[in-house]
Amino acid sequence: MAKIIVVTSGKGGVGKTTSSAAIGTGLALAGHKTVIVDFDIGLRNLDLIMGCERRVVYDFVNVINGEANLKQTLIKDKRVDNLFILPASQTRDKDALTKEGVERVLNELAQDFDFILCDSPAGIESGAMMALYFADEAVVVTNPEVSSVRDSDRIIGMLSSKSRRAEQGLEGIKEHLLLTRYNPERVQKGEMLSVEDVKEILAIELIGVIPESQAVLNASNSGQPVIMDKDSDAGQAYLDTVQRLLGEKVPLRFLTVEKKGFIKRIFGG
Amino acid sequence: MSLLDYFRSKKTNTASTAKERLQIIVAHERKRRSGPDYLPQLERDILEVIRKYVDIPADQIAVSLEQRSDELSVLELNVTFPDEKR
Ligand SMILES: Nc1ncnc2c1ncn2[C@@H]1O[C@H](COP(=O)(O)OP(=O)(O)O)[C@@H](O)[C@H]1O
Ligand SMILES: [Mg+2]
Repeated sequence: MAKIIVVTSGKGGVGKTTSSAAIGTGLALAGHKTVIVDFDIGLRNLDLIMGCERRVVYDFVNVINGEANLKQTLIKDKRVDNLFILPASQTRDKDALTKEGVERVLNELAQDFDFILCDSPAGIESGAMMALYFADEAVVVTNPEVSSVRDSDRIIGMLSSKSRRAEQGLEGIKEHLLLTRYNPERVQKGEMLSVEDVKEILAIELIGVIPESQAVLNASNSGQPVIMDKDSDAGQAYLDTVQRLLGEKVPLRFLTVEKKGFIKRIFGG
Repeated sequence: MSLLDYFRSKKTNTASTAKERLQIIVAHERKRRSGPDYLPQLERDILEVIRKYVDIPADQIAVSLEQRSDELSVLELNVTFPDEKR
């Protein structure tokens, strides 16, 4: 049985696409056949972050409309086995995704894949609803900042009331909190909400903390999911997150201010 | 208080302010979500009626509907009046 995981947040620009790319790649690296579906209709970006923007021929909406089949549309990752991308359409028609159409495509993907990762658009409108509706699990991407936390709480409300699982009275969506762009230095100075603060307010299980990191911009510049940068802090934090998603117990890292070493102090780190 | 103390005390912990504000607004919005859809409009209507008589700011009124049991729901209306009445 395929597991459908939505990566969602309410607020835009918090790291949903970065996280979808990293987690999807991580699941595939762990040997699970994974597809990342870009639900951000009109604002396709997952292709860029995954470095496959030149290989897009058909898209999600083409498949829904029967203009192409999944085989023609799915893009196979060139670096990682078992990893595929379903790109979003660039159409401006906001109602291009229908519940029936999305369900049909997800059902077809479910026959072939272990994990279906849905990269949600921002907001709480139909696009975001579509991305979360069929989910079994949710990764709620949150920055340690007031508006992001508040929006996450609204999305958590929707997960438990507006999803298929809620409407059909099934067991609820498993919710995971992923705190991103975390800056331990600012937390220590009392300028940023801490992991504990956000956990206490949102009251869902913590799946990972991704530090604010240079590596993320480098990764997006080169079209390489940051999880493939194994030496980077963010890459390692995403690797830990994927292991936790797969049920392993892994201690949190990168939560405290690291003392700058001698070399770093001289040359700047 | 010495001048030095003044500058020291000015360095406030904004994270704790953020946390307090979030706890209040999130609790408020959760309560509202769990209530019926007409609650916000009911709250606005009640606010309008009261404002015909007393000028109160919007955050001084709170309406909540609490389900006490299967047969009993209680509509609770909390209005803080200003000291000086018009
Ligand atoms: N951990 C991080 N450290 C630094 N920058 C980050 C981090 N996560 C995301 N970003 C940056 O934040 C911006 C928004 O990220 P993105 O994944 O596109 O968000 P969303 O999909 O939620 O809109 C991008 O410029 C990305 O490079
Ligand atoms: Mg995005």
